[in-house]
Order: sequence, then structure tokens, then C-alpha cells
Amino acid sequence: MAKARVKVPKSVKKGQAFLVKTLISHKMETGLRKNKKTGKKIPRKIINKFVCTYDGKEVFSSDWHPAVSANPYLAFYVKATKSGPMNFKWTDDDGKVTKKSVKISVSG
Amino acid sequence: MRKSYQGIWTLAALAVAFSAFAVTGFAGEDKFGKYQVGELRTGYTYSTPETRAMQDDDFDNPAFLWVDEGEALWNKKEGKAGKSCASCHDNASASMRGVGARYPVYNKKLGKMQNLEQRINQERTEKMQAKPFKYESKQLLGLTMFVRNQSKDMPMSVSIDGPAIPFFDKGKKFYFQRRGQLDMACANCHVDNPGNMIRANRLSQGQSNGFPLYRLKWQKPGSLHRRFRGCNKQVRAKPYGYGSDEYVNLELYLAWRGRGLPVETPAVRM
Amino acid sequence: MADKLKPHTYERREVLALAGTGVIAVAGISLFPVTASADAAAVSKAVMKRIGDKSTKSGRITLELPQIAENGNTVPIGFEVDSPMTDSDYVKAVHIFAEKNPSPEVATFRFTPANGKAKVSTRMRLLKSQNIVAVAEMSDGSVYMVKKAVKVTIGGCGG
Repeated sequence: MAKARVKVPKSVKKGQAFLVKTLISHKMETGLRKNKKTGKKIPRKIINKFVCTYDGKEVFSSDWHPAVSANPYLAFYVKATKSGPMNFKWTDDDGKVTKKSVKISVSG
Repeated sequence: MRKSYQGIWTLAALAVAFSAFAVTGFAGEDKFGKYQVGELRTGYTYSTPETRAMQDDDFDNPAFLWVDEGEALWNKKEGKAGKSCASCHDNASASMRGVGARYPVYNKKLGKMQNLEQRINQERTEKMQAKPFKYESKQLLGLTMFVRNQSKDMPMSVSIDGPAIPFFDKGKKFYFQRRGQLDMACANCHVDNPGNMIRANRLSQGQSNGFPLYRLKWQKPGSLHRRFRGCNKQVRAKPYGYGSDEYVNLELYLAWRGRGLPVETPAVRM
Repeated sequence: MADKLKPHTYERREVLALAGTGVIAVAGISLFPVTASADAAAVSKAVMKRIGDKSTKSGRITLELPQIAENGNTVPIGFEVDSPMTDSDYVKAVHIFAEKNPSPEVATFRFTPANGKAKVSTRMRLLKSQNIVAVAEMSDGSVYMVKKAVKVTIGGCGG
């Protein structure tokens, strides 16, 4: 499983759109490189999908292509509704999944 | 014909004048803050604003993915002795503070200089009776960056006295010695030409204060020795091995050359 | 300044940009081998594939890119779409394309009103200096597009 990090504010006010930062370690092998010794193409292996769920529904998702940098960084906004978990899922080309969950504390 | 050439030289003169600003992006020449000590400037001051921004934030800096692993390893019991780094060294933020700023250090038992990676591996094999980590492995990079990061912003202050003297001399000799098919020495780029372009890259002073660091080119962190090997290969010289005496001595010389500069590990460079 | 200037009248902007980059070198390391690049026509095709046969308007979406990318394999990109992000008026998706990459598609971002703001930052790989195109699809079916150039440094002496 790849290593993932997520950063959200310690607490947010209800209705406030807060910044969510994510980072995951992954080579994001494009499929265009050749093995220098054998001359063979190195097969593509990237994370192709990112999904964020919160308050019971999918709030944000992203489809990635090989042009997304290695160790992908993605920052986006979510509106604060209820306190509870925010879940993140990264899916590889071969179906491998990395998950992460953080707690959102909503006041007011 | 003449008119267009005149125009070009005027523009060239303007370009030279403006390129000084384009180089640094800092307002004024001596305002590099903590990243400049006297004439010494870290690689941070030669990087673009975006690269600097990546380093400035501990979350945005991809190297911390490896530093986190390093921290986990610090606390993990491994080896026949059933110990972790923490078993003896407790909290790294206290026990390791200052360590990263004074390596490489003379090791009496070995009779030569020892760098941080080698010291970590020595602790593992001798105290923990665990396997040493390979150079450029995520474990060794992570641990080395984690340990050195505890000295962040502290001034580099390596000792070149007493037993270190002959090794320092060797390192210094290496630095100024031309090598490879291109017959170039470290000094040719990093003493004679910092700030100038080499093909499409901007040369820095080649300081070591931010290593191991995240290199955009490598798309992962790498050690100082990896960088040395790259530089040697680029001048078509045969590179030395990771952890070789030659490179550890060179590392000592660089650490002395950059004395006073703040530890930036893990830095982000292009 | 040892950089060679070609014998034609340079715009001052161009010279300053060149001064900053020191002239973009050609060869060197690259994530992508020397393949044909997508170019504007391929991008139009890719855009159409995403949004169908709709016309695009300009405005509402802004792109943030570095003036000069120090390394093409990690180029920060940000965008923001001017939208209230309410249930009746929100951004459905934003698609990013790179005109001169081996293939034009970079990423697609799908939003819901739950985002509150249609603002994203990420990092992408660019083969060379080129235009980046961002297309925003709104909940009412309208489509907005923005195009911005970015210079990419390739071919150094990096080791």
C-alpha cells in the first residue's frame, strides 16, 4: 500500500469551505519509459482515480492520467456540514486501493 | 540590417540587467534571509518560487512522506537485540538535535570519517543487531532525513580538527581536482560559476546543507552521494561508490565549506 | 550572457523570458521518449470527447501556472472557477489538457455543491513549453475554457 498523507483544519465552522490537502507516494509510471538495459517498455502503472467521501456521500473525485506527477499532490475544498469522518480512496491501474480517513470537527 | 542588430544588443544589455532579478526573485541582493551567511548561499536561493514553496510547507514537501516512514522506523523494534532507535535515544527531537549539523564525524574505531548514513547503519548492526539499510533505500533515506531534520535551521558546524585533518585535506583535493572526459572539477561549476546557466539549469554553490533532499528530477528523495555520482557521471568521470571514503571525505569538505548555513533537510531542489 | 540570440527582432518579453531560462535546451533527460506531441488539434479532439459538440465560452475559470517550470516532471497547477456552488448552480467538472504532451489529457476533476469552492491545486508533468487548456463544465450545461502558456526547462546538467 502506498503511503498517503492528508491535512485538514483542526476544526471548522459549519458552512465554511475548508481546504483539504492530500499527498500520496507513488511512482506514477507513465508507460512511455524504456528499460535502459533491455530496451523493453516499462509498463504503465499509475493511480487513475481519487475519491473523497464525507457526510455519507461522494463529494469530490478525480481521474488521473500519466501526466499527473509522481507522488501526486491534490488540494481541494469541502464545505463543512457535520462532524465525522472524511474518507479518501486512491485506486491503481491494477485495482490496488489505498485508503485514508481523517476526522472533521465542525462547530456551530 | 544594422538597425535590427542594434536593437538586439540593447535588448541583450537589458536582459543582462534584468536577469539578475530573474535569477533570484528576491527583492535586492543580500535579502536571502536565513538562506545566506556572508558569501554563502544555499540552493534554496537559486530555486524558482514554486520549488521554494514546495519546500516551505512541511505538508507540500513530498520528502515528508519518507520522513514519516523514518519516524516510524525510529520507533520500530528490530533486530536480535529487540530494540528500536527510541529504546536508547528516546525522543529524537531532543536526542538528535544538533547531530545532523555536525556530521561527518571522525570515528576512532574505524580510523576514518563517518557520515550520518553510516552511523545509522552502525547503530543498527552493533546496538540493535539488525541488518543495515542499503543506500538510497526508502528506509535509510527516511531515517537519515528524519534524524537530520531534527537539526533544521541549526547552523552547519563540522569539525575539521585533529584526526579529521588528513581526511579534510583529501576531500578538499577532490573538490578542486579535474576529472573525467570533460576534465572538470567541482570548483569549476560551484566556485567559478554559481548563478550562471549550464545548458538550461542554473548552477548553485553546490552546498550540502539540505541533503538528503527531494529532487524533482529524481521524483523521490536522494542522498548527497547520489548527487556526487550524478555530477561525476555528467563530466564523464567514473563515479565512486555510495559510502566510499572518497565521497565521505568530500562530504566533510562540503560541510566545512557550507559552515554556518542552516540545515534544510529535507530540501526540495530541481 | 553567452546565450545566442537569433537574428530577428525580439520582443522585450521574449528576451526577459529567455534570460530567465537561459534558452531552453533540446536534448536531455525526459520522462517521455522522443515521440510526437499532441498539439492543438489533438487537444480540441480530446476536449470534444469530454464535453461533446458544445461551444466553449471564455471567462469564469482562471489558471495558475509558474512562469517558468524548473523541471517538467513536477509543474504546479492551480485553477479556480467562479461559481456559487449551490444545488442549482455549480461546477460539474473541470478537465485539464496539455497541448504538447505525448497525449493531451492530464486530469479531470468532478465537483458537487458539497465542495463549496471549485478551487484545486495539483502537480503535473509537461514534456516541453506549451499551452495548458482548462475546460469547466457547469451544471446548466454551459462550458467555459481558458488557455495559458507555461515555459518548461528541459535538458540541464543535473546529474
